[in-house]
Amino acid sequence: MYVEFALQHAWLVPLLPALAFVAIVFLTRPWQMLSAILAVGSMASSCVIATLAAYGIFTNHEYVEKPLVYATRWFSLGMPAMPDLQINVGVQLDPVSAMMMVMVSFISTFIFLYSIGYMNGEDGFSVFFSYLSLFGASMLLLVISSNLLQMFVAWELVGLCSYLLIGFYTHKISAREAAKKAFVTCRIADFGLLLGILSLQIVFGTLNLTELGEKIAHFEDYTTFGILTMIAVLVFMGPIAKSGQFPLHVWLPDAMEGPTPVSALIHAATMVVAGVYLVGRTMFLFHEVPSAMELVAVTGAFTALFAATIAITQREIKKILAYSTVSQLGYMMLALGVGSLTASMFHMWTHAFFKALMFLGAGSVLVALHHKADVWEMGGLVKKMPITAWTFVIGGLAIAGIPPFAGFWSKDEILVATLAEGHYVLFAMAAFTAFLTAFYMWRMIFLAFFGKENPANHPKESPWTMTVPLLVLAVGAIGAGWLGTPWHNVWAEWIYFGSPHHAAANYGAMMLSVVLAVAGIGLAYTMYLKDTEKVKAKAMAEKYSTAYRVLVNKYYIDELYLWFNHALVDGAAKIFYLFDIYIVDGIVNGIGASAKVTGEGLRVFQTGRLQNYVLIFFIGVLIVAVLMAFVGPSNAVPVMGGVK
Amino acid sequence: MDFPVLLTILLAPLVASLVIMFIPKEENILIKSIAAAGMFVSLALSLYAYFAYNQDIGGLQFVFGHEMPWIKDLGVTFFLAVDGISLPMLLLTNLIGFSAIFASWNINNRPKEFFILLLMLIAGVMGTFIAHDLFIFLLFYEVVVIPIYILVIIWGSSKRVTKEYAGMKLTMYLLIGSGFLLVGVIALFIKTTAIAGHPDMSFTGMAMAAQQLGRFDQIWLFALMLFGFGSLISMWPFHSWSPDGYAGAPTAVSMIHAGVLKKIGGYGLIKIAVYMLPLGASFFAPYMAVLGVIGVAYAAMGAMAQKDLKYVVGYSSVSHMGYVILAVACMNVIGINGAVANMFAHGVMAALFFSMIGFIYEKTHTRWIPDMGGLARQTPRLAVGFMLAALASLGLPGLVSFIPEFTIFVASFEVYGGVAVIGIAGIIITALYVLRAGANTLFGPPRPEYDHLEDIKGPEMVPLVVLGTVLVVGGCLPSLLFDMINSGVVPLHAAISDALQLGGKF
Repeated sequence: MYVEFALQHAWLVPLLPALAFVAIVFLTRPWQMLSAILAVGSMASSCVIATLAAYGIFTNHEYVEKPLVYATRWFSLGMPAMPDLQINVGVQLDPVSAMMMVMVSFISTFIFLYSIGYMNGEDGFSVFFSYLSLFGASMLLLVISSNLLQMFVAWELVGLCSYLLIGFYTHKISAREAAKKAFVTCRIADFGLLLGILSLQIVFGTLNLTELGEKIAHFEDYTTFGILTMIAVLVFMGPIAKSGQFPLHVWLPDAMEGPTPVSALIHAATMVVAGVYLVGRTMFLFHEVPSAMELVAVTGAFTALFAATIAITQREIKKILAYSTVSQLGYMMLALGVGSLTASMFHMWTHAFFKALMFLGAGSVLVALHHKADVWEMGGLVKKMPITAWTFVIGGLAIAGIPPFAGFWSKDEILVATLAEGHYVLFAMAAFTAFLTAFYMWRMIFLAFFGKENPANHPKESPWTMTVPLLVLAVGAIGAGWLGTPWHNVWAEWIYFGSPHHAAANYGAMMLSVVLAVAGIGLAYTMYLKDTEKVKAKAMAEKYSTAYRVLVNKYYIDELYLWFNHALVDGAAKIFYLFDIYIVDGIVNGIGASAKVTGEGLRVFQTGRLQNYVLIFFIGVLIVAVLMAFVGPSNAVPVMGGVK
Repeated sequence: MDFPVLLTILLAPLVASLVIMFIPKEENILIKSIAAAGMFVSLALSLYAYFAYNQDIGGLQFVFGHEMPWIKDLGVTFFLAVDGISLPMLLLTNLIGFSAIFASWNINNRPKEFFILLLMLIAGVMGTFIAHDLFIFLLFYEVVVIPIYILVIIWGSSKRVTKEYAGMKLTMYLLIGSGFLLVGVIALFIKTTAIAGHPDMSFTGMAMAAQQLGRFDQIWLFALMLFGFGSLISMWPFHSWSPDGYAGAPTAVSMIHAGVLKKIGGYGLIKIAVYMLPLGASFFAPYMAVLGVIGVAYAAMGAMAQKDLKYVVGYSSVSHMGYVILAVACMNVIGINGAVANMFAHGVMAALFFSMIGFIYEKTHTRWIPDMGGLARQTPRLAVGFMLAALASLGLPGLVSFIPEFTIFVASFEVYGGVAVIGIAGIIITALYVLRAGANTLFGPPRPEYDHLEDIKGPEMVPLVVLGTVLVVGGCLPSLLFDMINSGVVPLHAAISDALQLGGKF
């Protein structure tokens, strides 16, 4: 009965946090604790409803083929009976959205809880929780959307929340600039996504996901293959920025300016995977266009490798995690590109746990060290902060791909899928990235948590509101992957596109990824833990100083964009403006001046003397009288303005 | 006869200004309260009209005075009526007019004259939207010009240009535009009288005859109207009055001018020019589309280069009006719906923007962006209003302007393809300049010289509350707006396509 209720009222899932947002803004803002409780409580309630609904979905295999959809009219134009344009909003529940709904609401609940401890005593405590609630509502709306425009609305709203939360410390210039950068970068990409959505509406006459799926399956009736390819590429533009794919990844590392819970929730576990989710949701479109799939796969693999190389040289704890997020998102895209919705969603699921865990761990460290972020200045934290350190280690094992932790299973699934599709180059890139991942993650862990303690630091373990979420997420980082082991893959039975493909256990690939992970960790160990003076690391940086500089400076892509923006866009704006005031306005003023000259000329007649006016008036009357005498009164009417 | 709703809406501000005339000029608060009361009556009644209007029946409702001959020989009647297109405009005028009174709450320089003129201005604008007679429409349009000029040159501010220059430019443009319009209307009147056999200045009567005009006549008549209405809606290249004019004008005038007065251009374009002269419209449509797109991109780039907040919004409003022109040029149901809705949306957003900038200017005595920063700390409520307007300006979903823009994009992308894409790309530039202005004004380290500033409160909150509510509600429930507009657009579009078919266009 409860399950049935949850299935039919799944719109409550985004609505509750939205109500919490409204309540905090208008009512409870002065009472900080009440605001926080409202936010956590509403999200926890959403989580319960989402879990019940997901139970309903995952116990009835019908929903895999036939999603549960209910919708209502949002607006329509034209005759009511046959509208020219109608947009519906509603709920679409199937295994993918149900999984995502549970994941988002579950992780949000714990990150909200964590935030109570993390944000303790900060200015704008209530405001922070109102933004978090708005984010939760928007993200959950995005997940359950049954219509592409509705999804776009939520897509932009999560972008707004990201903007607000990155720039939460409004007085900091770096935060302000990072927030703006995030919004504008995503805007550029959303322009493409919007064009794609417009094209879908124009070509297929609907934006409802299920209807689009049916129509695109035989798209020949509506459009050509070329147009469909264009649409797929346009739609993919949106995810490129949102999910931090090359070349629009630049905003994501800067987004770390936001408070750490925000980085964990929005810029690691949920919002940034929205791009992956969108491609997954519109798989029916990409599936028809092999070249678009190729594009997705190559973008993903390249981003994974590219971001991993940058992460090797970074020093700030959150920056390293940010590049690792970019890299992991690349894996998810790669999985989609090789046609495995199963592997992609699986990695998204496990990644949410271990990456959120690591970010929250980083936040715990930052609070203990008063926001000292450089990992080289940490060291030996494990003694004073055991819970934080050991949960972080669990996260590190998961992301490096050590069995039986979560990341191993999902990364393995991606590698196998890539191999099965015959993409050997992409497979090699992904495998090498796995090695790099293990290396840079453990470089960070060894530097921060082990080795010599830095006497300048006086860390102490964080309060329970922060450690409990760490422990809960650590359980997820260990066990979340067991749903999809190659021997008994429950995951693949539910979440797939087309037909379930049940790859047999590939022991070769498994061996390889374990070896690579161990090698990465081992190298990090020899360079950063065993070698207490870090001689080798310094020697490496000096020996390959050019390469090192390029990597530390993130391939100078930010500089390139900044130059483009300031020199070209602002320059063009200046030119437009000067054109406007000198040419367009110049003409206007010129006309004005010439009118003035004419006026000066005509002023001769305006002497201000009554006699002259009377004279002119008299002449006028005379002319009219003569006119009427000649042409007759009836014909003179038009001259006199039609008055009879 | 029913209660004359429209007449009361029109007269309430005029009565209020009449009452103010008899109040001693020292009674500052009383004057302002009476002005507010007058506008409140109008606003309440126009809200009533909006929700009491029967969309299923559609057509003209709340009809007043159509049997009342005014100038019999010219076929002029004092014909007031509203349909699905004019009602949102009327409501918009009242929302903004009401807010404008409170945005001017701190005016202490000759408040008596200021509020009398302001109320006359608002009444004049309302008149153009409820008139269903071309003569009355023009009459109200001319009524608007005089108070605007005086308001700008007395209560305006001089920055890049002097307020006298701004006022003159604004007025001259309005007058020149209306001059062309007048010639067009007279010619149209003579032609339609000849066709119909009797003079009739009412929109419907005139349209019936005008739609039968030959293609050539329609084209040159439309050209005159396009010039007239086009300069009013700041169509490129007749836009340069707009940034200067808004910058020079006092806050309330900027709000009303950018919010509604400008929309008379788009309204006239749809309900007079396109409706009466569909053949002419279809001839000019591609050119309008191009001018609209140029306006969007060009003005957005212009806005990027600005450092004065009012200029940013001034250029931005030119840019947004480009979308309206592009949408009208689509000449289909989706496009015209989008055009009207976008006028409404932009009106609310621009008025909120100008009122917030007005408060910033009052408090900091500057509008120069490099002189500001960190105001969000010192004046958080003001920052909320500013950001709401900014986000609406960049078309954030969930705020009123997103769906109108979306419909315009659908229509124009379908009809004009690549040309429309340039216009759609405007959303990127808009995001850039709007966020930059917001960031540099509100965020960053707070400046100590503004530490003493008081946040907006009391009457100053009214524009934020009223317009902000409309922004959010209209964004979440677009059907509130679109069902109304659609009920007016569908019959109008049917009439246009019938006329076009007769004219052998399709």
